[in-house]
Amino acid sequence: MKRLLRGGRVVDPANGRDGMFDVLVDGDRILRVGRDLAPDSDTQVVELPAGLVVCPGLIDMHVHLREPGQEHKETVATGTAAAVAGGFTAVACMPNTSPVNDNAGVTEFILKKAAEAHLARVYPIGAVSRGQQGDELADIAELKQAGCVAITDDGRPVATAMLMRRALEYAGMFGLAVIEHCEEQTLKADGVAHEGFHASTLGLRGIPGEAESIMALRDISLAALTGGVVHIAHMSARQTLDAVRYGKSRGVLVTCEVTPHHFVLTDEMLAAPIPYDTNVKMNPPLREAVDRDAMLAGLADGSIDVIATDHAPHHYDEKRVEFDHAPFGITGLETAVSLCLDRLVHPGVVTLSRIVELLSVNPARILKVAGGSLAEGAPADITVLAPDLRVKVSVERMRSKSKNTPFDGWQLRGGVAATIVGGRVVYVNEDVSGFSRTLRRELR
Amino acid sequence: MKKDLLSIADLSCEEITLILDTTEAMREIGQRPIKKVPTLRGKTVVNLFYEPSTRTRTSFEIAEKRLSADTLSIPVSTSSVLKGETLVDTALNIEAMQPDMIVLRHASSGAAHLLSRICRSRIINAGDGMHEHPTQALLDAFTIREHKHRIEGLKVTIVGDLLHSRVLRSDALLLTKLGAQVCVCGPATLVPVGIERLGVRVSTSVDEAVADADVIMLLRIQHERMQGAFFPSVREYFNTFGMTKARVARARPDVIIMHPGPMNRGVEIASDVADGPYSVILEQVANGVAVRMAVLYLLAGGVEDEAAA
Amino acid sequence: MDADRMSRTLTRIAHEIVERNRGIEELALVGIRTRGVPIAKRLAHAIGEIAGHEVPTGALDITLYRDDLMRHAVGPQPVVRSTEIPFSIDDKRILLVDDVLYTGRTIRAALDALIDFGRPKVIQLVVLVDRGHRELPIKADYVGKNLPTSASQSVQVHLMEIDGKDEVEIQET
Repeated sequence: MKRLLRGGRVVDPANGRDGMFDVLVDGDRILRVGRDLAPDSDTQVVELPAGLVVCPGLIDMHVHLREPGQEHKETVATGTAAAVAGGFTAVACMPNTSPVNDNAGVTEFILKKAAEAHLARVYPIGAVSRGQQGDELADIAELKQAGCVAITDDGRPVATAMLMRRALEYAGMFGLAVIEHCEEQTLKADGVAHEGFHASTLGLRGIPGEAESIMALRDISLAALTGGVVHIAHMSARQTLDAVRYGKSRGVLVTCEVTPHHFVLTDEMLAAPIPYDTNVKMNPPLREAVDRDAMLAGLADGSIDVIATDHAPHHYDEKRVEFDHAPFGITGLETAVSLCLDRLVHPGVVTLSRIVELLSVNPARILKVAGGSLAEGAPADITVLAPDLRVKVSVERMRSKSKNTPFDGWQLRGGVAATIVGGRVVYVNEDVSGFSRTLRRELR
Repeated sequence: MKKDLLSIADLSCEEITLILDTTEAMREIGQRPIKKVPTLRGKTVVNLFYEPSTRTRTSFEIAEKRLSADTLSIPVSTSSVLKGETLVDTALNIEAMQPDMIVLRHASSGAAHLLSRICRSRIINAGDGMHEHPTQALLDAFTIREHKHRIEGLKVTIVGDLLHSRVLRSDALLLTKLGAQVCVCGPATLVPVGIERLGVRVSTSVDEAVADADVIMLLRIQHERMQGAFFPSVREYFNTFGMTKARVARARPDVIIMHPGPMNRGVEIASDVADGPYSVILEQVANGVAVRMAVLYLLAGGVEDEAAA
Repeated sequence: MDADRMSRTLTRIAHEIVERNRGIEELALVGIRTRGVPIAKRLAHAIGEIAGHEVPTGALDITLYRDDLMRHAVGPQPVVRSTEIPFSIDDKRILLVDDVLYTGRTIRAALDALIDFGRPKVIQLVVLVDRGHRELPIKADYVGKNLPTSASQSVQVHLMEIDGKDEVEIQET
């Protein structure tokens, strides 16, 4: 069956398109993108309400799906349900599950669960080291074979410079990037919040931005040494961004990502509106306004390659404890698009086209997966955005199993209208008016 | 007054003055032959102490008993915490028995805020981690006011482990709020980042910091929290920052020396200073009971009508 | 009641006190805060002039003994002020002094408070004005003036030491 999406603004930077185009989908592939495409008799025509944007499916390259092992927080099924509701057609999931995804068995298990859920595409990321213990390399070739698209010891940094060197060299053979959680652990020590005025007055142990940048500098140096590809995950400190810029200027194969919470929030959230809210405890921590502004500048000037959520679901029991006992992390899949549109596009920090690069084109390029493009013959992974939709964030409506977000109740401008994976409509937002009934019917 | 006493930051100057004035009246009760008034008759106060604390717990207990509250102290040993029940569950269980107030001492900063969000009972923070110890700051202010008849314009120098001290944070907030010039002094490794934004001056030279001080307040060097190498040795600390007679001599002649206790003699303070004529350390302890009576009394009243405000 | 009248009233009460209490050295005056305290001091002075012997005076704050504390969910606690009784009340003849006697609840609280300080031989009650409407079985031993009032009225005693004038007035509320 063919389907024609008509009346949307197509934003497809990979193919240099930004304008009013029709998108014709045939089965699970894009057939054509052009003006005034004529439907034939077996084409279902979807008239999009005015003001919607059609773009290549968004890819969140940093997600914790928690399965296997921590199904009380999230499962592949609930996580991918959250992903499609957040406009993501694909997610890359971190290996710090239980057991760790350091072998083909775990990778295949995750892929099997993803196939059963049949919502977003799931790209497992394998561990750098066996059990993420930092001692010896995991079976990286086997992981690649089973379907892993990158390696990381996320949750912690690759333990030693030597292991990181070997990982870059070895993974390089298979064209895999090493994704690094940058944290110099002796400097981080038992810190729980950004080291600054707010942590000091609240009596919380601090983590300086240098704990992140020191490790980023190590890894960028090693990428230079080895010619390997390093991707700096969830960057929070301005010093880290400077390190990345330095690496890029020297031609090092380094890319980086930032989370929405690090370009929206600051450590003032520790004190207000809810003092010691464990939903503002994440690693790396929320930093100061100057860091947040550096992230915005990096997004605007192209230094930052990717926006990823670091979606880190935790059960409410785990978060309803003393601040220093609470686990790090917040959910992100279902708030990212609204935050990007409200905080980046509407204020003019970046264009819509650049958002699509950050959320789709670049993640696909770094992970070397399909997507990021509405080219003819590409998989029909499509996200339809509603940039002017008034959104009130509500944990009650979220599909993620966990509700640990500091954004509950926030009013934002911009949201997701629909999500299409492989030509199949997997999400339609009930709040977008004027949608044809056909899409909704298909969903049921 | 708000529902709870969690932080000095939540108190206005007027409220602080009210507490100190009420303390004045409460102190007289402790001098009577029958040291008891019926004010909190029928009220139940639970002292929930997750850290060992002889001084603060005793002080609260005496204050509660002098006001005729029914009081019970629950010392929660660390081992039983490790066995399972969360702070929230413990608090909800206590709440189910309808106490009126909970006095909480806990090793985690913000623990009192957590209880405040889930409990109907009034919460009094008796020290939370490295955050605050509001009743200690109030008794310090009361003791200073007793001796100096004012707080505004006084030069108060606080010396010691600034980083881990909840007393420092409460005292700095309270004394700057009331107009004192506060100087904090300690090894650079123990100075909290950004603390000067509280309106205090930071110094790493004790000789310079104590010059012309009206009040010298010493903070305990908390061996138990010293997980890193913040200074090489106790001996070097004493030589560099310890309060000796020679250093006290640099302050004003009518200087008073304070310490929240428990003291490490020969570490942060020389014995002849602790026992010297300018030491008001035991007065602080005595005033602690009266301050806590004042806080208990004032918190037992109605809550500010927030709906009407 | 004006200043002159108030002065004569207090002098009259002082005479009554001296007449009814043989052994003036056993006497002590305790004023209830706020306005009982200056009245007690004036009486002490008057008694001193009559008997040639200064009578010790104290001040009693009854806030912590009030029976209406903690009854309101809203609003701050009443301000507590110091109680100052710089002598032993054991075996003394205590004259408890207040400005207005109304429901009797203040006096009930004052008696409780006083007894926490010791065991007086006798406690007698002195009031400048008795306005009636008792809610407890309490009666004054010395009354400056009986003022019949209705419950909707309030009786204000002004004293030089606190208010800058001596006057008693009845206000409609």
